[in-house]
This record gives sequence, structure tokens and C-alpha cells, in this order.
Amino acid sequence: MGVGIQVENLNAWYGKSQALHDINLKVEANHATALIGPSGCGKSTFIRCLNRMHETSPEASVKGKVKIGDLDAYNGTSPTQLRRRIGMVFQKANPFPTMSIYDNVAAGLKLNGYNSKKHLDDIVERSLQSSALWEEVKDSVHKKSGASLSGGQQQRLCIARALAVEPEVLLMDEPCSALDPISTGKIEELIFQLKEQYTIVIVTHNMQQAARVAEFTGFFLLGRMIEYDKTEKIFTNPSDKRTEDYITGRFG
Amino acid sequence: MRTRFQQGLDELRQKLLRMGGLAEQAVDRACQAYIDRDLNRCQMVLEGETQINVSEREIDELAFDLLAMQQPMAVDLRFILAVTKINADLERVGDQAVNIAERVIDMVSLPAVELPVDIARMSAAVSAMVRRSLESFIEAKAELAQAVLEMDNVVDRMRDEAFIMLVKAMNDRPEVTRQALDALLVARNLERVADHATNIAEDVIFWVRGADVRHNVPQEENGPQPVQRAATETR
Repeated sequence: MGVGIQVENLNAWYGKSQALHDINLKVEANHATALIGPSGCGKSTFIRCLNRMHETSPEASVKGKVKIGDLDAYNGTSPTQLRRRIGMVFQKANPFPTMSIYDNVAAGLKLNGYNSKKHLDDIVERSLQSSALWEEVKDSVHKKSGASLSGGQQQRLCIARALAVEPEVLLMDEPCSALDPISTGKIEELIFQLKEQYTIVIVTHNMQQAARVAEFTGFFLLGRMIEYDKTEKIFTNPSDKRTEDYITGRFG
Repeated sequence: MRTRFQQGLDELRQKLLRMGGLAEQAVDRACQAYIDRDLNRCQMVLEGETQINVSEREIDELAFDLLAMQQPMAVDLRFILAVTKINADLERVGDQAVNIAERVIDMVSLPAVELPVDIARMSAAVSAMVRRSLESFIEAKAELAQAVLEMDNVVDRMRDEAFIMLVKAMNDRPEVTRQALDALLVARNLERVADHATNIAEDVIFWVRGADVRHNVPQEENGPQPVQRAATETR
């Protein structure tokens, strides 16, 4: 099951340049939360702070508190421990190109020491079913490489790979920006189903997508979270004029 | 800035203002026709209805296009929704003006009689409501719209009084029954115009404030308490 995320006074820097300023946010468990805002507003930096990927950038630093369920991300938890509980899907699908579909999905499990073929078979099938890819690839999971799939299928393969290690949180950084409307529709439908089991945080430039998939939406601007509320409130009657100006296309 | 979208919204606003002008003019003409027993004005109201109906369709088509093509959000979405509803109300205002004109045509065919009803006063109140509801739209001012809502009760009372007095007149003087019935229907039509003006005012409040004030139902406080909310600028 998904767990909630509690962020308190989160600040992040790239060298001396501050990318996030005092972010406070409570993400509801088993819901989809969308983060919107213009390019460079800090929304991707924010989700990369949740799984401690931000600190992998040169000269990057973080200050503040992030709790994933009862796990304190920056206090007594290693990045590896943390990332076992947080899956991530990126803008560009990144399957391991030389591995088969099966090995792509099983990669995380094998790294974690799972060797039982029966167990791996079960998890690979379940993960591919959860990512709505199983029916399309079930006859070729060992024969085809991940790279041979279409863009939309590759993205669903990456989702299956993330789900295989049974995370509690799924971070998605513009997962549909390179996909056609049909593949986008499949991923959105998937998000809708997955949030029953996982807590989903999705960064998107597509406001209609945020409105379609997320129960809660946060608006970022210049490294600050300007507004966070129920999605229908954000898109019909936001409280802050800057949010309204952005979503109505008056700037950004 | 989405220039094309803004042009579309401006065009929608202009079209609705023209439509509002036509509907307001129709009500004023119909009321004046009642007061002066003026068949020419009745004819103008009847002929003007076609133009109102054409405007209604044009506004709906443009609103539909903007919704489909531009995916409006927040205040723009509320504006377009409000315009489509105001449009429907204005078309109904035009219909009520036609109903009044038809009653006047019937009355003029009958002998003029004194009736215990002040239609001139009622029509002045109703015209003011229509005018102010449109002003609230032009100026995007919820306060003006709120004032219209408060005027509706006054017109309702006028209608109730007219009903009591005209029924009494029909009982006391059966020979004026048909004229009294026409006057009663005119009073009812005017009261309905006032209801449409009230609806328009409610839609303006929805557009400007995002608040649904219809049917006196209190607004539900929705949304979680945000952990952080930046200092908001008031709209």
C-alpha cells in the first residue's frame, strides 16, 4: 500500500543557486498528486529530493525534512533503502537496451538478491499486468529487448520495472511528454488504477493531464510552492492570482 | 499571453453585450407598449425576437468552439460557463417581452379600463434589474450583481399584490375580467424577467468570485488545509 509523504521546510541548491525555498507539503497516501509550473520552477528538483536523486547532481545540496511514511529520508536512511520504497519513471523511457523485456522488469529484484525463477516469473507477470503491458508482450518477454518496443510500451515497461520492487511511492517526471495521445491515455488510465496501491506524485506540463489524473495539485513558481489544493479547486477557482495567471495562459 | 484565445473571449463578451442590449430593449418596448397601448411598439418587439434568437445561437456556437479548442481554465472557464447561462436567460427575457407584447395586443382590442395595478412601477423596477445585472457583467462587479439579487424580493411582492388586487377586480367587476387577466399575465411575465435578471446576477457572481450563490445554498468549504500557502493577492 502507498504511504503518505510529509515535507517540511525543504530547501535545495545547485551550488550557490537556490532551486527550492521552504517547501512544505503533505502528500496523501494512495492518491495522485500533480505538480505543475513553468520550466525551471523547481518541480522536478522537488521530486528528485523525495528519493534523494537531487544530491547526485554535482554540487547539489538539500536542507529540510522529508518523511516517506515513517522513514526519515535524510536522517538515518541510506539512498538505497529509500529508493527501494520509491519507484521513479522519467520523461524519456529508459529501458536497459540490451536486456529482454523480462530481464528489464526483473533487474531490480535480481539486484536485491531474488533468484527463485518461479518467484521472478510471478512478479514479472504481475508487474507487466499492473502496467497494462502484459497482453501486448506476454509471448515475447524473453525474445524481445526492451528497446524494441514502441515509445508508449517502453514507458509502461519502465513503470513495470519500477513496480516490480513493490514500492510504496511512484514518482513520475513528465511520463507522457514524449508519447502520442493513445499511449498517454493508457498511462493516465494506469495512474488512475495504480493509485489504489501506490502514492503517486506526477510532474507534468500538461495541465489537462493534471486535471484528469490527480486529486491534488501543487503549483510551483521560482522555486516556491505557491498553492496546493484539491485539483478541482486549482483549475476552477485557484486562491492565488499567480496560479490563475499561469493556468489561464497569461504567463509562463 | 494566448492572443487568439483572448480575442475569442473578447468577441464572446461583445456578442453577449449586444444580446443584452437587444433583450433589455425588448422589455422596455413591451412595457412602454403596455403603458401607451402602442401596437407599433408591440410589432417591434415581435420582430426583434428573431434577432435575439440568432444572437443566442451565435453566442452558444462561439462558446462551444472556445471550450473545445482552447481548454479554458479557472476564471476563463467560469466566464464561458456564465456567458452560456446568461445567454439562455437573455433569450428567455426576449420571450417574456414577446408574451407581454401579445397581451398588449389583446388588451388594445378591448375597451380601456382602470385597473388596480401599477404595471409602470413594476416595469421600471424590472427594467432596472435587467440593466443592473448587465452592468454587473460589463464591469465584472459582484457587488452590483448582489444588489440585483436583493431587488428580486421587491418585484415578487409587486406580483403578489397585483395578483390579489386583480383577482378582486375580476370578482367585483366581471366585465373587466379579460383586461384584468391580461394585466395579471403581464405582471407574471415581468416577475419572470426579474427572475432571469437574478439568474444573470448569480452567474456574474459565479464568474467573478467563483461562488455559487444560487438558491441561497451556503457555499461548502472545500479543499484540504494547505500546509503552506503563499500570501495571496486578492483578485
